[in-house]
Amino acid sequence: MSLSTAAGSGVTPGPARRGRLRRTFDKHWYAWAMVAPTIFVLGALVLYPLVRGILQSFTNLTETNQRAEVCSKTLGGAESCTPNPDRWHWVGLHNYTDLLTGERGHFWLLLENTIVWTLACVLLHYLIGLGLAVLLNRNFRGRSLYRVLLIVPWAVPAFVSAFAWKFLFNPKFGLINSVLVHLGLDPVEWFNHRWTAMFAAVVTNVWLGVPFMMVAILGGLQSIPAELYEAAEMDGTSPWQRFRHVTVPGLRPVSSTVILLGTIWTFNMFPIIYFVTGGQPAGETEILVTGSYRAAFEGLRNYSLAATYGVVILALLVVYAAAYRRVLKSKGEVW
Amino acid sequence: MTRKPRGRDERSPLSSLALHATLVVATTIALFPVVWVLLASLKPQDAIQSTEIHLFDHPTLENYRRVLFETSFPHWFLNSVVVAIFTMVIGISMSATAGYALSRFNFPGKRGVMWLFLITQMFPVAILIVPIYTIMANLGLIDTKASLVIAYCSVAVPFCTWMLRGYFDTIPPELDDAAALDGLGPFKTFWYVVLPLARPGLAVTAFYTFLTAWGEVAYAIAFILSDKNLTLGAGLQQFVPRFNPQWDLLTAGAVLIMLPASLVFYFAQKHLVAGLTAGGTKG
Repeated sequence: MSLSTAAGSGVTPGPARRGRLRRTFDKHWYAWAMVAPTIFVLGALVLYPLVRGILQSFTNLTETNQRAEVCSKTLGGAESCTPNPDRWHWVGLHNYTDLLTGERGHFWLLLENTIVWTLACVLLHYLIGLGLAVLLNRNFRGRSLYRVLLIVPWAVPAFVSAFAWKFLFNPKFGLINSVLVHLGLDPVEWFNHRWTAMFAAVVTNVWLGVPFMMVAILGGLQSIPAELYEAAEMDGTSPWQRFRHVTVPGLRPVSSTVILLGTIWTFNMFPIIYFVTGGQPAGETEILVTGSYRAAFEGLRNYSLAATYGVVILALLVVYAAAYRRVLKSKGEVW
Repeated sequence: MTRKPRGRDERSPLSSLALHATLVVATTIALFPVVWVLLASLKPQDAIQSTEIHLFDHPTLENYRRVLFETSFPHWFLNSVVVAIFTMVIGISMSATAGYALSRFNFPGKRGVMWLFLITQMFPVAILIVPIYTIMANLGLIDTKASLVIAYCSVAVPFCTWMLRGYFDTIPPELDDAAALDGLGPFKTFWYVVLPLARPGLAVTAFYTFLTAWGEVAYAIAFILSDKNLTLGAGLQQFVPRFNPQWDLLTAGAVLIMLPASLVFYFAQKHLVAGLTAGGTKG
């Protein structure tokens, strides 16, 4: 059977369809072949675990009840296995009600922390990044040197920055308290209060995250045509007006992307909280992601509760992203 | 009062001073934690824990000697290097091919794939880590480097594909057409024509994957059990338990960890701005 007759006649639907499939395949097989490995890996390592995680959140799975069988060695060395009587089972929405009513864990405290943490970090990232990018976008001597030096925190792995700042904030001999004492102020017990501990974590994360914002915004600034500024200058506008009416609108595509990504990343930022505050004092600075991690891997491993946290985090982020997109759309953004 | 409006690139000495002052302050803040850790790593233990501020205090390399010869640090370091390089090579190969296909070809399923990549950015490590842990346990991969490479690829690949697609979009498709006319198939075109042109974009992506693997801790702490198999992120915390932290070992270790990262960074940084812009503004 030749392809042309089958596709051309169109009388017999079976071969014609196969012909079309065949042609689609002939035309696109290399594109699919190029995408396939990635899709396969993502399917196996993102989508499949995701589905599993969601299912686990409806069970009471923990470290102790995950086995299907209980095996015991007899004296002769043989093994005898019996079905595990306390095996995990479905519990419906039990985990969710427990979590949201505060029966287990401190969901609302963690949520409050997460929101404060994300808002403070993203806001400061963006504003400082924008300010530095605007400065670096001008022509002056030493500009590329400043740029390289300002990106340095980005090259430092997050956990190293976390330890570096924990060292600086050390209540006994940290540099920050030493400076405070030198200035005649009282040293601060940074990790003994909820908000001072949170402050230390936010400072660390802001230090860490500003370079990315700066570089991304700088890229956006350079894509704004210079003619727009020249035209605005001809009209006798002030620098502030030019910033307000040329720079800000010109940056919008970049801003909307980096703010969305920044929010998601900060929301899920694990190492800073885990290492800088470690939840001190007494778990009061834990955020949702670290809370979930501790449920899963510390003490008695409660996999189902951790999964429930995960589903709630994912739901919050999906709702946020959808709302964000909606707001952008209502402002006429094509995104 | 009439004043000649000033152009954008001319400044009064005063505003020039303000500009440099701001940038100097910002640069100082960006550098000083790194510099302070470096200085502290050269002090003996009791000097590190002193409340007096000294830049130098009996400088010595003793901390480095102890970290390198009396702890498992060299093992952790080697593990991290292996994991980061494998993640980089595998991640780049996968995301470059996928990114190229998404940039050049219109094929059925393309939109779905793009969405998939964007959405995976949203998945918190919290929801994936337990199921991935179970999968790795079933495959017998817990406590191996392979488990980490696989997990990190799944984190890095979607973002890198997205970025590289944006970068390939900036390479004129006419070049592909010309290559096709010369009789090159799609794979050869990709390999001989497009990839060499995409070097800056690849550098940024390589940088990103390397740093992702080099700095990740959550999977590393959960998957690796034995001291010899730990990576740096999981190992370093052993120097500073809540009671009796050893900041002398930690600071020296931190400096040794920052070195390779800054080397990779130094080579990637000149392409950094160009590559990110191409990927970022595409959205």
